[in-house]
Amino acid sequence: MLRAYAICIYIFLYLPISLIVFFSFNAGKYAMSWEGFSLFWYGKAFSNPLIMGALKTSVIIALSTAVLSAIIGTLTALGLERVRGWLRVTFDALIYIAIMVPGIVIGISTLIAFVSLFDVVNPSLASMGIKLQMGTWAVIAAHVLFNIAVVALLVRARLQGMDRSLVDASEDLYATPLGTFRQVVLPLLAPSILAGFLLSFTFSFEDFIIAYFVSGPDTTLPIYIFSSIRRGVTPEINAVGSVVLLTSFVLLIIAQAVLRRGERTTPP
Amino acid sequence: MRGSRPGMMNLSMASTSRPKLVTTLLLLPAGLFFVFLLLVPLAVVLIFSFGERAPAGGYMPAFTLQNYMDLPARGKAFFNTLTLAPLGTLLTALFAFPMAYFLAVKVSPKWRVTLLILVMAPFWTSQLLRYYAWMMILGNKGIPGWLAMVGLDVRIINTPWAVLIGAVYGFLPLMVPPIYVSLEKLDKRLLEASADLGATPARTFWQVTLPLALPGVATGSMLVFILLMGDYILPQFLGGGKVFFIGNALVDLFLQSRNWPFGAAVSVALVAIMFVTIYVYMRFVLSKTDTRRAALV
Repeated sequence: MLRAYAICIYIFLYLPISLIVFFSFNAGKYAMSWEGFSLFWYGKAFSNPLIMGALKTSVIIALSTAVLSAIIGTLTALGLERVRGWLRVTFDALIYIAIMVPGIVIGISTLIAFVSLFDVVNPSLASMGIKLQMGTWAVIAAHVLFNIAVVALLVRARLQGMDRSLVDASEDLYATPLGTFRQVVLPLLAPSILAGFLLSFTFSFEDFIIAYFVSGPDTTLPIYIFSSIRRGVTPEINAVGSVVLLTSFVLLIIAQAVLRRGERTTPP
Repeated sequence: MRGSRPGMMNLSMASTSRPKLVTTLLLLPAGLFFVFLLLVPLAVVLIFSFGERAPAGGYMPAFTLQNYMDLPARGKAFFNTLTLAPLGTLLTALFAFPMAYFLAVKVSPKWRVTLLILVMAPFWTSQLLRYYAWMMILGNKGIPGWLAMVGLDVRIINTPWAVLIGAVYGFLPLMVPPIYVSLEKLDKRLLEASADLGATPARTFWQVTLPLALPGVATGSMLVFILLMGDYILPQFLGGGKVFFIGNALVDLFLQSRNWPFGAAVSVALVAIMFVTIYVYMRFVLSKTDTRRAALV
């Protein structure tokens, strides 16, 4: 009986996703009435400059976010290992606040803080021909804030599970602190850093709500998809959606594989 | 990086300035992000919440509590969020438990992780697209359309039911893993002991399995609750403007009616409610079930 229940849950989880992929191959114009198999909408989507532009913006945002979050989050986890007391408590609190404050509030606060700042500085910058405004960079900044917290937690969990005797051994063998870091610590942390990188990329690539507030005149792929769903959908969106779904699935599976392989190489 | 002995590490940090410099450099980037992109902006929201709406929209400096007095004007959004978010969390936990139990107890160890990843995977794919699919399924051309053919007039989309279905669908992938983790750690010998002592399977379940799984249920529920409270897409797509959450009110206030001070007050209220709930929950539920760490990923 439990087995039947589990099968139902899998159908429940995957039916909607399959519907999107299924109708992306629809020859007809409407999202929900099947008129034969065709790759027409894929061609149409990939030659739509608006979709391609939004895709490019999203990839730039997600890549920058993932790189910056992986680096800064790892530095944070390493730094937190070295401190005790109020500084540690403060950082822990900030990490949890960054995760718990809803994305929509992060978007709002980033928007109004920067718009207020621009109102102050733009008049004096105008003489130099500079006008600051919201855009891709603001989306990256807000995404990095959240993902630093995620990467720091992942890497720290790994650091705490690390076998300290390896570091001691390296030091006993006269390795410099930097040498120990490069040759012992970094390889051990690599799986969690990579997993953090992939999760940050996925989060950033799929975020709608933060970008909706702070992207200014720039359009990301989720914003494009959102506005076309509102306008009434053509299978074009299903085609783009299928590609996006496939990409996230592949990234997720890689992240899981990497994390799990990392766990196996160092038994706790 | 170094220091198997914390005491030694502190000593060496105090006596030389180089490690201290390294620590500062390691924590500086995140510190800057937290200050300038989290604390300062949140402080700005707090300041704005005491201001007045400028005639053309936006913010005008003032000190008034009017925005907070006006909160009841958005009472419907608060009511919907504060009823449907906990209810959605509860339903998700109810549907997730048997699934987690199945994966942790009934499936052979060889397949466990693969099947678990299959449960988690949908969460990491576009929320927009998944709810868009549910718009089609629950919309007039979907299930209600088929039911209409046999003479049943059912409307699901744009009702609280649609939002609850969406909540279970959207957050089941997040709820199953923590419950799975606590059930997997469960010592099978306890179940055998319970059976040997003459307990019926049902009694073993209620008195042994369920209490041991509670930490996972508590962790998962907190994660789902946090995300549901601040959700926008789910009520937007499946509630269709009829069943709206605080998130929908915020988008309206900031991007359409441009009443920033009132929007700021709504944001402050949302964050305050969340933090109080989470604090109470951690204090009374998590401390009892003895899990403080949230299994995030």
